Amino acid sequence: MSALAVSGAIEAGLLFSLVALAVYLSFRVLNFPDLTVDGSFPLGAAATAVAIVNGIDPFVATAIGTVAGAAAGYVAGFLNVRFRILNLLAGILTMVALYSINLRVMGRPNISLYDHSTIFTPFEGVLDLGVWTNSAILLVIALAMKFLVDWFLATQVGLALRASGENPTMARAQSVDNNRMTLVGMTLSNGLVGLAGSLFAQSQGVADVSMGIGTIVIGLAALIIGETLLGPVRVVWATLGCLIGAVLYRFFIAAALSAGFLGIQAQDLNLVTAVVVAVAVILSQARRRLRLRLWPKLLGLLPRRQTQEG
Amino acid sequence: MLNICDAHVTFNPGTPLAVPALRGVNLDIEKGEFVTVIGTNGAGKSTLLSAVSGDVRLDRGGVYIDGHDVTGWPTERRAGLLGRVFQEPRAGTCSSLTVEENLALAASRGGRRGLRRALGRGVERRHLTEQLARLGMGLEDRLGAMVGTLSGGQRQALSLLMATLLPMKILILDEHTAALDPGAAATVLELSAEITGEQKLTALMVTHSMRNSLDYGSRTIMMNAGRVLLDIRGEDRKRYTVADLLDLFKKTTGGEVEDDQLLLG
Repeated sequence: MSALAVSGAIEAGLLFSLVALAVYLSFRVLNFPDLTVDGSFPLGAAATAVAIVNGIDPFVATAIGTVAGAAAGYVAGFLNVRFRILNLLAGILTMVALYSINLRVMGRPNISLYDHSTIFTPFEGVLDLGVWTNSAILLVIALAMKFLVDWFLATQVGLALRASGENPTMARAQSVDNNRMTLVGMTLSNGLVGLAGSLFAQSQGVADVSMGIGTIVIGLAALIIGETLLGPVRVVWATLGCLIGAVLYRFFIAAALSAGFLGIQAQDLNLVTAVVVAVAVILSQARRRLRLRLWPKLLGLLPRRQTQEG
Repeated sequence: MLNICDAHVTFNPGTPLAVPALRGVNLDIEKGEFVTVIGTNGAGKSTLLSAVSGDVRLDRGGVYIDGHDVTGWPTERRAGLLGRVFQEPRAGTCSSLTVEENLALAASRGGRRGLRRALGRGVERRHLTEQLARLGMGLEDRLGAMVGTLSGGQRQALSLLMATLLPMKILILDEHTAALDPGAAATVLELSAEITGEQKLTALMVTHSMRNSLDYGSRTIMMNAGRVLLDIRGEDRKRYTVADLLDLFKKTTGGEVEDDQLLLG
């Protein structure tokens, strides 16, 4: 692998670690299987690209992309809590609607940012890192977002959000408004996705209406890899797992592509991702079953230990 | 403190499966009263508690807590006035949160939750440790343990502490020892009586045991078919035995009492 391929993989990995953090918030913390992601990712890209092309400061444009993503998340959440639309369907409806909206926002299927300055431009002269410049900036952003999520989930609202996702009955009895928590969680989650889309467009130099396809599955793959490596229980480890999982995932994909492994080509990416996620889920279930079957035997062989569960 | 006026609730109204669960319940509970509620399955005990907590909305009638008309309030709003312990230990606590995090959530019940750090430091943590030590379950050393690793009795004791951590108007105990083994059940019941007495709480406890309904609390209500059948307190209540309750029950309903419906011991 060339240095360019490695830096490109790490850059993409860090970008998608933001999606993984978002997916952790929706799928895991909030227990909301949110498919809005495939629409809010290109929405963040589209809004930022249009803003930059129209001469708006790249940092403001990035904020606009983030807010646009957050608004999409709010809509999906609102469909769910206000009209009792199934969470899965609420996300799909929003995602489908966003395809049209993204075309409207851009006015055409793609916008090139090649001749425009992005949030990466000011650092190119300052940081003398060559192909690693974008990765360095994205690493800072990804770490900042990780710590932001860690901090938020340890606040009073964050704790209420976690309780609401895991045990809504208990949360309500502790005066938590579950509907409000769904809205808060979905807004934050898709804000992160919008930010990821915005940064993706700026690092790749293009916003494309079809760039969102498969985003959710890449985010899930990264999340699951991180959980497998670090264990999903504590928040600070889970969010670190999102970063590591996303970078590792993109790195292995890039390695497989460059080595011509099994004849994999760029267009096979979504298939590979789907297979990886499916296999990871199947393996984690099989491992749980295996453990259940093995435990009684092992307990018979080993001296009896007092278990706390009861 | 708690007034229930002419409460009517029907499940699945207008269908062949319509079940009238409450049929005109009137109840006035004074501040500091500890009321035990007994009755067979389907008598309306749990529906009565749900009507107070807000999980079930009344078709007719009203619920008033400390002068507030809460009839139209959703559960999460009423929660600021109530402390609750559920029957199932898993229902009242969060498995993936630590003991300390569960308590922190309870400590902000009824208030505005903001972006302040949820867990306290120093003094607050020492205070929590002292409270946990009083439960006598060894939880004071396990502030950082996931609640999913605790036993049912420990979880229910934690639930009880969470419910009574803040000053509130009414403590609701919904058969909160029914899912525990006999030893843990006795411990949690004793703790409930102790805390209720110490803090002079107004409490409403549903139980399946006739014995417990007379031994604990200051007033006993027997329900049948969605109505209050018997309401005894003070000197009057002291004269009642389990056998009296059983006789009365048979006389009024004209039916047999099955063992699995009411525990006599």
